[in-house]
Parts: sequence; C-alpha cells; structure tokens
Amino acid sequence: MADLLQLILSGTATGAIYALCALGFTLLWQASGTINFAQGEFVMIPAFVMLFFINTAGLPLWVAFLLTCLVAMLLIATLGLSIGVKQLVKAGVTAQAMPFESPFPDGLLALGAMKVSYADVGTLLLAGLIVVGLQLFLNRTVTGRAMQAVAQNTDAAKVLGINVQRMVLYTFLINAVLAVVAALLVTPTYLAKFDMGESIGLKAFYAAIIGGFNQTRGALLGGVLVGVLENLMGAYVSPAYKEGVALMLFLIVIIFRPEGLLGKTEERKV
Amino acid sequence: MRKLGWVLSITLAFGITAGAMAQQTVPIVGLMELSGTGATAGTNFDNGVKLAVKEINAAGGILGRKIEYTSMDTQSAPQTAKALAQKAVDQGAYVVMGPVFSGSFIVSMAETKRAEIPNFTGGEAANITQQGNPYVFRTSFTQSTAMPKLARYIKDTVKAKSIAMIWVNNDFGKGGRDSMTKALEAQGIKVAADISTDPGQVDFSAAVLKIKQSNADAVFVYTNEEESARALRELKKQGYDKPIIGETTLTGQKVIELAGDAANGAVAHVGLTVDAPQPGIKAFDEKFQREYKYKSDHNGMKGYTGMYVVKAITEKIGKFDPKAFAKALHGATIRVKDTPGVLLDVHFDNNGDLDRESFLVKVVGGKQVVTATLPPVQPIQ
Repeated sequence: MADLLQLILSGTATGAIYALCALGFTLLWQASGTINFAQGEFVMIPAFVMLFFINTAGLPLWVAFLLTCLVAMLLIATLGLSIGVKQLVKAGVTAQAMPFESPFPDGLLALGAMKVSYADVGTLLLAGLIVVGLQLFLNRTVTGRAMQAVAQNTDAAKVLGINVQRMVLYTFLINAVLAVVAALLVTPTYLAKFDMGESIGLKAFYAAIIGGFNQTRGALLGGVLVGVLENLMGAYVSPAYKEGVALMLFLIVIIFRPEGLLGKTEERKV
Repeated sequence: MRKLGWVLSITLAFGITAGAMAQQTVPIVGLMELSGTGATAGTNFDNGVKLAVKEINAAGGILGRKIEYTSMDTQSAPQTAKALAQKAVDQGAYVVMGPVFSGSFIVSMAETKRAEIPNFTGGEAANITQQGNPYVFRTSFTQSTAMPKLARYIKDTVKAKSIAMIWVNNDFGKGGRDSMTKALEAQGIKVAADISTDPGQVDFSAAVLKIKQSNADAVFVYTNEEESARALRELKKQGYDKPIIGETTLTGQKVIELAGDAANGAVAHVGLTVDAPQPGIKAFDEKFQREYKYKSDHNGMKGYTGMYVVKAITEKIGKFDPKAFAKALHGATIRVKDTPGVLLDVHFDNNGDLDRESFLVKVVGGKQVVTATLPPVQPIQ
C-alpha cells in the first residue's frame, strides 16, 4: 500500500510538470486559437538561459530563475519555430547533455511507511502554488477576466472595449513564466539538452487533449493523470510500456470523448 | 590558339599539383554520433581520434603521408550511419572509424565489409565480431570478455547473492544483458529483477522502484551515458543504499559530471580510464585536457588508441593497403614501448576482438579512483 501511495505521489509530481506545460497549450489555444508546437522548446530554452546565468555569470539559482523569467518573457513571446530553436542550441551551445542543479535539497521525507523525496514534494508544492495563483489571477482580477472574455468570444470582447492584442500578449507572457518554472523543475532530472523539449512537449500536448484543450482545469487533470498512470504502469506492468501510457490514454479519449475529460464541445458554423 | 595553350598548361599544372597533394595525404573517415542519444560517446571518440591525428601529422604522418581525417554526424541513427558509411567508401577511405554505438555499427559495417575497408568501432555488443566480418576491429572489450570479470567481482568482493539488472533496450544493452545473465549464472548469482529501459529515457522513477521492490543485494546498471546519469540521480533521489555496479559507461567522466553527487560510490569495470596509474595514460589525460578543456572519458581513449593502432599496423606492412592491413591486424600484438599511443599493450585475435589490462574503479568525491588492475584474459606474449 505504501508503495502504491508513493507511486501516486511521485507520479503526481511528474504530472504536475506536464500540467504546467499543458496549461501553456490550453491558455494559448483559448486566447489566440493557435496550437503552439514549440511548447517543449519553450521549456528547453529557459533551461539553457538559466545554465548561462549560473555557469557563466556565476549567479545563484534563484537569481538565475528570476532573470530567466524576464528573458523568457522578452524572447519566448516572440519565438515560435521549434526546429529552428533546437538546431540553434545544438549548433551554438552543445549537442551533449549538461547537468543542472536541483532547486530542492537531497534526501527523503518519511510519511508513515511512505518515503518521498524532497524534490517530489517541492515540485508538487511549487506547481500547486503556480496553478492556484494562476486560477486566482484569471478569476479574481479585471485583467484575468478580460483574458477569459477574449478566450470566450474575441468579437464580443472587442465590443466591450477590451484590448484583445494586449490580452493575447499577456497570455504569451504567462506561458513564458510557466515554461521557466517547468524548466526549473524538470531539468535536474531530464538534464539540459537541445532535444529535451521533444518528450515533455509531446506529453504536455497529450495531457492537454486528454483533459480538454479548451479548459485550464483539463490541462491539470490530464497532466496529473498521465504522470500517475505512467508510474503505475512502470512499476506494476513494465517500465518498457511506460512511455506509451500518454499515447494510449490520448487514443481512448479521442475515440470516446473527443472534447477531453473536462472539455466542452465547441460548435462552429461553417 | 596560344590562349588555349596557356589555359591547358595552367589546368594541367593545377591538376598535377592537386594530384601530388592528394598523394601526400591518406583519407580516414569517422562516422560519429555527434548529436542524438550517443552525442557524449561520439563526441569523445571523435575528439580522441582528432588528437591522435594531430600528433601523428605533427610527427610526419604515417609512412610520410599526412592523415586527412573527416568526421560525419550519424545523429545516433543506424540508417544515417549506413548512408554515411557508403559515402566514406565513395570517398576512398583507407580506414573507417566508428560508429561508436553498436546498433549503428551492426548496420553500417556491411558497407565497409563490401568495400574491404578496415572499420574500427567503440561498440561493445558481443555479436559485432561474431559475424565473420574480417574487416571489423574493436577499440574496447567485447561484452563477453568484460562481463565474466565483473561477475567474479560481484561474487568475490561484493558477495552479492542476487542482482537487479537495469539495461537499455538497444543492441548494446541487450548484448550486455545477455552476456551478464550468463556470467552471473556461472557464478551462481540470481537475477532478482530484469528491467529494460528505453534509449533516451528521461524518467527512471518506476525502474528504480522496481529495483527496490526486488530486494536484490546490489544493482547492475547497463545503460548509455546520459541514461546512466539519470538512473544514478533517481537511485539517490529514492534513497537506494545498496552497491551500484556497472560496466564502463556507469563511471564515465561525462556520467560523473551529469550525475553529480549521485555518482559517488558507484563501482564499475572499465577497459580504459584516464585515472589509471600508467604514465602514458597520465600524459594522454593532460594532452586531452589541454586540447579540449575537459577530461576525456573511455571513448576519447578508444578513439585515440584506435588511430595509433592504424599507424602501427600500416607501418608494419609498409604500405597503404586496406586488405593487407586487416590481415596483419588479426593476431597482432602492439606494445606501448613501440607505439606509446596505444597506451596499454594490446593483442587482437582473429575475430577483431582485443585483449589488454583493465581496471576496477569506484567514484569517490566526484572522481574515478582505480581500486584494482585486472590482467588480460590471456597473458600478452
């Protein structure tokens, strides 16, 4: 039983990282109607920017993180070419993997019979904080509600005097910060490498579809579901099938509930 | 008409000069994993070859001809490696170095075999040299030589009665897993968990949990460099406190760099290490660091020694004849006193497998420490 709980908890931590990345997918889709296939690279770039601040400029991790948030907002909001970005890092920085320090201390936390790492607990707390903060921002602030209005009906939002373009820009900026946080959490395990975005980008895309592409809550559910099921499959069936879990879930959802688990059916006139 | 004469003369002169220049060099092609999952191994191997080429050329080349070395990126993909092997043949390569990954090499070696060009590999999969290809030569041990040495260590020194095995599901990993299973069986050690992982896998949490659930006395990790680092990090993250044992890759320089503290305590059998006590190896370590600003792993040493084997055998046969080269290398012994660049006395058998001293190492404080030097399987005469 302790094993099962441990698997669910560490799976939730991995899933939370997928969810952060998947949130970016859904936010952009809602605000601008575009699917950002460079989402994985949006996570990879901040990892290398943070490494630059840590290794070359000699800054501590948290300062590097804050600076990277700024750089990511400036850079990522304007970037969109997945392959181009990857090749740029491969040719300009390195094709080899690079180590990345963890923001959390080493060691295990004993919760009854369960032993969980500080890294998993930290990931869950930080990702949870970001998600709650984002929900509060979207639902309780004027800007957040304006962003939702743009997502629901761009024309109506325009009529109400909302600056649509600015709201779309805000969405990109939020997405950039989400990507930097995901990079901070995932890179100590994945290692910084030019193609590290492929795996996480694809998983997050599946997670967003599984949960419902037009719902931010859907992205969260999809991310956590993929993370937990991957862990259970790896431990109780075989680690060899672990990587296929997201795709399997994706196929089942597409067949039986194409709008996603929490998604709403959208109808459009042709 | 006179103008035409001038043009012809100049063209002819350029042709002769170009021809003479081509005669002064000998083309050697590297098929290297410079990107993709094998980037660490391929880049190191390639840098090792380049360092040897630089030294050999500075000392006058081989038989008075300079080496013209070009490396091409296989992207760690067997199909690309095969296409590039064909390109190397078309370019008239005297010898082909690489690929380093067994899976790529098994596919690409058909091209060099057809063209009868000697082909060196850093791959360790046992089946590479079991296919009767007379043009294949190793720069490292085959798994069927290395694993029995390691299994003996697990029984006699670690005193483990059961082992959890985690391996990468490619030709390298499968070959190692099969050789190790046999070697463990011969020592009476039980395999408590047999866990396969994907090449390029990033998340080892489930695999490590399975290792812990198996309650084995130790774990044997046999994956490529980056995956080894991720596995070590996850083992540490989940508080694994039993012996972690590997073969070559587990304690490589790049793995130690990537895994950080998590690499401490890991033990491995390695064919080559820059931390070996031999003065020639120490000198190589310094030269490599001066050239590339980082410490070479075993792959850098494989590339370096491989190129010096090319030099030694070519000078022995006294001509650039690929067929005669392959024939002469079978059964040959190359000694450090004659060719210091081979770093350790080495003997090649008739399959292209090599034998030489090897080492047991442990990672202490982020550094490889040699704990024992193991003799060659057969004494080198």
